[in-house]
Amino acid sequence: MSEVINGLSVICLLLGGLASIIAAIGIFRFPSFYTRMHAAGITDTLGSGLILIGLMLQSGWDTTLAKLVLILLFTLITSPTISYTLANAATTNKDAAK
Amino acid sequence: MCFLLLTAFAITRAHDLLATVMLLSIYSLLCASFFVVMDAVDVAFTEAAVGAVVSTLLLLSTLSLTGRFEKPQREKPLFGLIIVLTTGALLIYGTLQMPPFGSAAAPIHQHVGSYYINQSYAETGIVNLVTSVLASYRGYDTFGELVVIFTAGVGVLALLSSQKSYPIAPIDKTILPAPMKQHHILRVVSKMLIPLILLFALYVQFHGHTGPGGGFQAGVIFASAIVLYTMIFGLQAALDVISVAWLKLFSAFGVLIYSSVGLLSLLSGENFLDYSVLAQAPIEAQHLGTLAVEMGIGITVASTIMLIFFSFSGQMHSIGEAQ
Repeated sequence: MSEVINGLSVICLLLGGLASIIAAIGIFRFPSFYTRMHAAGITDTLGSGLILIGLMLQSGWDTTLAKLVLILLFTLITSPTISYTLANAATTNKDAAK
Repeated sequence: MCFLLLTAFAITRAHDLLATVMLLSIYSLLCASFFVVMDAVDVAFTEAAVGAVVSTLLLLSTLSLTGRFEKPQREKPLFGLIIVLTTGALLIYGTLQMPPFGSAAAPIHQHVGSYYINQSYAETGIVNLVTSVLASYRGYDTFGELVVIFTAGVGVLALLSSQKSYPIAPIDKTILPAPMKQHHILRVVSKMLIPLILLFALYVQFHGHTGPGGGFQAGVIFASAIVLYTMIFGLQAALDVISVAWLKLFSAFGVLIYSSVGLLSLLSGENFLDYSVLAQAPIEAQHLGTLAVEMGIGITVASTIMLIFFSFSGQMHSIGEAQ
């Protein structure tokens, strides 16, 4: 059982790291502000979420698990909000987006 | 380390002050992770809360008062460069004599450091070594720091409220609509988050005995929740919750708590800030004393930061009305 959980956690961590790297590449390579934000927003939520889930699988039933769940909830709430704020600011003053 | 150097270089090169502020924030965050690597979790926590959050906020509100771009500089500051290079070279020369990094035989670990590490838990019963040193052994130093923060708040108030347009008097709500009124998502999300942030601040405040945390960090987190509220719902709404007069009172009240703990022990015939008079058992007394002192720190830090932010945004409002 512990090997299965360990393997799942490793897969989650690797996928999360991959998503973060993809996000970083996307921020540099995409042509316009909105596409960059798309890369940053979506893959960032996915990346940090996956990494946190992987860490949760590692931690076992502990207070650490509870803290990680809280952090995951916090990121799940905040990072879409941040993306929304950025997009909103970009649409309201278009000059800054260029 | 490499990232730290890169960011520092980028800060000096950037002419857009907004970018500079953001880079400074990144720099603080990198510093914080550097401290985590060095196992100084409390310092990292403080650095993340103060350096990356609050000072960024204060710098941003300063920028909205002053303007975003640096003035173009014509002359090359060669003289300054020479001074900086010489000082840097001297400092690096000084580090050559220092013991190797992390060595346990370094002089700094020989004197009181080992005493704290060996005796702190037995004497104070506080699990977190940093808290016991901060609030108990070095209580006098921490008292000085608290007074410094209080003085800084008083200084900012004296500077910023010298103009008569400082809006302590209630602002006409029809002229100033709350900012972000059209952003429903932001309002809902911040309504969800603010209670959680406040709760987390209290957790950090009272968890300082057993984990990283304490009054300074808790105060900063508490204040940042209120600052978030101010940014989303407007200055007037925040002033309705906590008025400037109360904040002034509270920032003095925290210092008062700290110093009255000290005076209490002084009046009972012990040394200043000797907690042993607070209870019968010495460990219980240490707990009580640390708790009271941390409360004082938290109250003063939170209300001073809120005061500074309120006076900045009050300035912004008065400028906006003038235009």
